[in-house]
Amino acid sequence: MTLSPAVQELILAAVKVAVIMGALLGVFSLMTWIERRVLAFMQFRLGPNRTGPFGILQPIADGIKLFFKEELMPAAANKWAFLAAPVVAVGTAFLAVAVMPYGPPFKLPLTESLPGFLARFWPEWLSGREFQFQIATIDVGLLFIFAITALGVYGVVLAGWAANNKFSLIGGLRSSAQMFSYEIALGLSFVTVIMLAGSFQIGDIVASQAARAGGWFLGWNAFVQLPAFLVYFAAATAEVARTPFDLPEGETELVAGFHTEYSSMRFALIQMAEYINMITVAVLATALFLGGWHSGIPGLPSEGLFGFVFWGAKVALLLFVFIWLRGTLPRFRYDQLMHFGWKVLIPVAAVWILITATGVALAGR
Amino acid sequence: MDQLLFYASAALAVVSALVVIGQKNPIYSAFALVVTLCSLAVIFGLLGSPFIAALQVIVYAGAIMVLFLFVLMLLNVKREEDAPGRGGRALAVIAVLLVALFVGQAGAVLSRLEPGAASGYDASTRRMAEILFSPHFLYVFEATSILILAALVGAIALAKKDF
Repeated sequence: MTLSPAVQELILAAVKVAVIMGALLGVFSLMTWIERRVLAFMQFRLGPNRTGPFGILQPIADGIKLFFKEELMPAAANKWAFLAAPVVAVGTAFLAVAVMPYGPPFKLPLTESLPGFLARFWPEWLSGREFQFQIATIDVGLLFIFAITALGVYGVVLAGWAANNKFSLIGGLRSSAQMFSYEIALGLSFVTVIMLAGSFQIGDIVASQAARAGGWFLGWNAFVQLPAFLVYFAAATAEVARTPFDLPEGETELVAGFHTEYSSMRFALIQMAEYINMITVAVLATALFLGGWHSGIPGLPSEGLFGFVFWGAKVALLLFVFIWLRGTLPRFRYDQLMHFGWKVLIPVAAVWILITATGVALAGR
Repeated sequence: MDQLLFYASAALAVVSALVVIGQKNPIYSAFALVVTLCSLAVIFGLLGSPFIAALQVIVYAGAIMVLFLFVLMLLNVKREEDAPGRGGRALAVIAVLLVALFVGQAGAVLSRLEPGAASGYDASTRRMAEILFSPHFLYVFEATSILILAALVGAIALAKKDF
């Protein structure tokens, strides 16, 4: 039986969506536990260590607990907006995931190379096919991610407004002002990377970094484009509202900020959206600045499984840095936050664009 | 598939645009406008210009509408009161004229268009940039940026009353 190419593409896309979403959900639940454990060790505590070995089953326990909690909604809340907010938050978080590459491209195994029982179920059109864990390869991948994160703010704003609670509203307002301010710096930090690669496609940007400096890691954008990388990291941390930029949910002032009134699975959905956004930011930083799945040392291979290992290690390192920052830095004051965004990050990014543009023009590319 | 997507997003755009003007609650109107802008972005994408589609979402849906909502929420605007009814007949006449105008225009456009007319047009990012930065449009482009700069300076001057 032969399938038409369109159906083949559809099946592959469905497999990619299932695998990537499943993996992300797994990483999300693991991250909730890792974050609490690592944070606890940084503060000379133990953290959740009761459920299973090292407490690794804690996410499951949390999930069960949240599932059986009562779903509360304030009587004065705007019902539809209150229900829609977590959906918007999770929806935009998962949309941004679609254009990101997860690991290197590789060839699927040939039918002959598989053990007998597997080979029988391995259709011919899969044999030796080029494959990459990236759901959609579009012309303007980077801009798409940027557009979706711009929409992500609506989940927060809607949640803050719909609950009809002053803490929520202030949290929502803070969040929209913050995301709006740091989006500009985030966008500007992409510009130089796009200029050097000459493409909006994330795959091309990864390839352009590997081609530089003879394949050594010094050619990565994190080193060549150090100011852009620092601006990106600061702005991205603010975009996902992690410490020290977590004013939208500053618990000492705002209870829990925009999600004060959310409970049970709706609360879990909002948490999930935040963690997925954090993973997205880390994956994007890996692809744009840390050379993607390349090893960075000319002798070391970065194809196939090696690529996945290097790629995963970089993403994990960035996620750890997010937790590390949370354990280290105090929260900004609101005026400091605005000052840092508008008067430090944006000018630095703008001047750096000017410098890079001059360099690119002089190099005659 | 493309056609299906086009009709779905076109219908969504029209319906949400009607909600924008028909709603009493300004916050709902703002959210409906976001939906309109996003469905317009889908149409741009279908026309082969993902760059414009992304800009549409980033600038309009992502930035401008957030500011709108920000102001609406900060001022806590309540439901709009019904305007006192006056000149009902004149309004009805204007409405009929506008509808007639719309139907006429739509008919004229539809009768001239051939299906698939938009395909084959190169609206890629590279082509866009070439046109935008060609001598033909460069001065207009730069003039626009000066206009925006002037607006920026004006906004800062308004916000900061004492220098």
